[in-house]
Amino acid sequence: MTYNSAAQEILDTFSEVPESSKLDLLLEYADLLPELPEKYKDHPELLERVEECQSPVYLFVEVDDLVHIYLTAPKEAPTTRGFASILEQAFNNQTTDEVLNFNDSFVNELGLTKLVSPLRIRGMHGMLNRIKRQVSEKLDAR
Amino acid sequence: MTFPIDSNPNYADYAKSEALVSTSWVDENKGSKGLVIIECDEDVLLYSTGHILGAVKLDWHTELNDSVVRDYLNAEDMAALLSSKGISRDDTLVIYGDKSNWWATYAFWVLKLFGHEDVRIMDGGRAKWIEEGRELSKEVPTLPASNYPVVERDDSTIRAFREDVLAHLGKPLVDVRSPQEYSGERTHMADYPDEGALRGGHIPTAASVPWAKAVNEDQTFKSFSELNEIYRVGAGLNDSEDVIAYCRIGERSSHTWFVLTYLLGIPKVRNYDGSWTEWGSLVRAPIVKGSEPGTLPKGF
Repeated sequence: MTYNSAAQEILDTFSEVPESSKLDLLLEYADLLPELPEKYKDHPELLERVEECQSPVYLFVEVDDLVHIYLTAPKEAPTTRGFASILEQAFNNQTTDEVLNFNDSFVNELGLTKLVSPLRIRGMHGMLNRIKRQVSEKLDAR
Repeated sequence: MTFPIDSNPNYADYAKSEALVSTSWVDENKGSKGLVIIECDEDVLLYSTGHILGAVKLDWHTELNDSVVRDYLNAEDMAALLSSKGISRDDTLVIYGDKSNWWATYAFWVLKLFGHEDVRIMDGGRAKWIEEGRELSKEVPTLPASNYPVVERDDSTIRAFREDVLAHLGKPLVDVRSPQEYSGERTHMADYPDEGALRGGHIPTAASVPWAKAVNEDQTFKSFSELNEIYRVGAGLNDSEDVIAYCRIGERSSHTWFVLTYLLGIPKVRNYDGSWTEWGSLVRAPIVKGSEPGTLPKGF
């Protein structure tokens, strides 16, 4: 599989650490999730709830020349935050084509499927699909 | 029992109050020899973000289940797991976790399958500990390995298999899932993806009591009289009949199992861990749709 350099870097980072450290790495990503910008913080109605996730995760996608994504998840749900943060890094400032054609196998290639429950993995797929859907809706609306 | 029971007056009415301790009891006793505090969360990263000083992590997903067969660890593997965590057979274990101790009670139930005698739940769980501003630590304790004995799992007393449920039909069943899962509108929890039951609905005659009815907003358990109203009066459970509780995969129902057994004192309660992911896919298993318990079909 080929991925954009940001996504590939994430996969490389996960593959370099032993299984016993992968959850700690996910936690590091959770801590890197940026705060929502002010314009979305005060307007939760603009954000889309990711229903597939066990914890309240909300996202918003902006499209200009590139894709900009904003995700938020509570501190009490670090696994979900970690996944959100990974997708934020993999997709932010990528082209719309890159996002729309992004290979979903990425989620499984992180090597976390044994460590977190299948529900969590599906939650990440849910985020991924919603990001793609928002990008294509925004392109259609142009 | 190595440690005194929590004399918190709120717990005096519970049938087996020795199975519950408050956050302040844990704060006072933590670090004592013979007491092991265990954190078991639904979100398996939470422990690493900070936990009660000295608490060990128990990962429900990777540690309690057999990696191949849908079952719990066998006697040897459980002995190895608990030994690696420095837990001895005569230790007092206090378990707490996120989401109203949902997974803490699940771990409690699994430990009881192996007959560990002194296991207790910290009332209110992780959220209450944090809400009260109590100390969290990121330090992972390194307890010396212990020599936990190999104890055969007892699957006959508090665990029910599908054959047991079939034989039990007509006696009290409690469905602890959401009303939408009970009625068959959905086969999984709202906001959670589908884990693959083929049919929706509930086991005929099961009473619907969503598990979270047993907890207050601060995630502590409701009082004895409130619980009695919900389960004995509302759901018609009584002490002369066996009860089986079920949910989707047996984790939410272990919470209800704990409430019925330890807080209300119903003598024989079993948890059907196959739950809806099994029953809802089982060929010819009777199912009722809708919000009423329904009746048993002919032949059952």
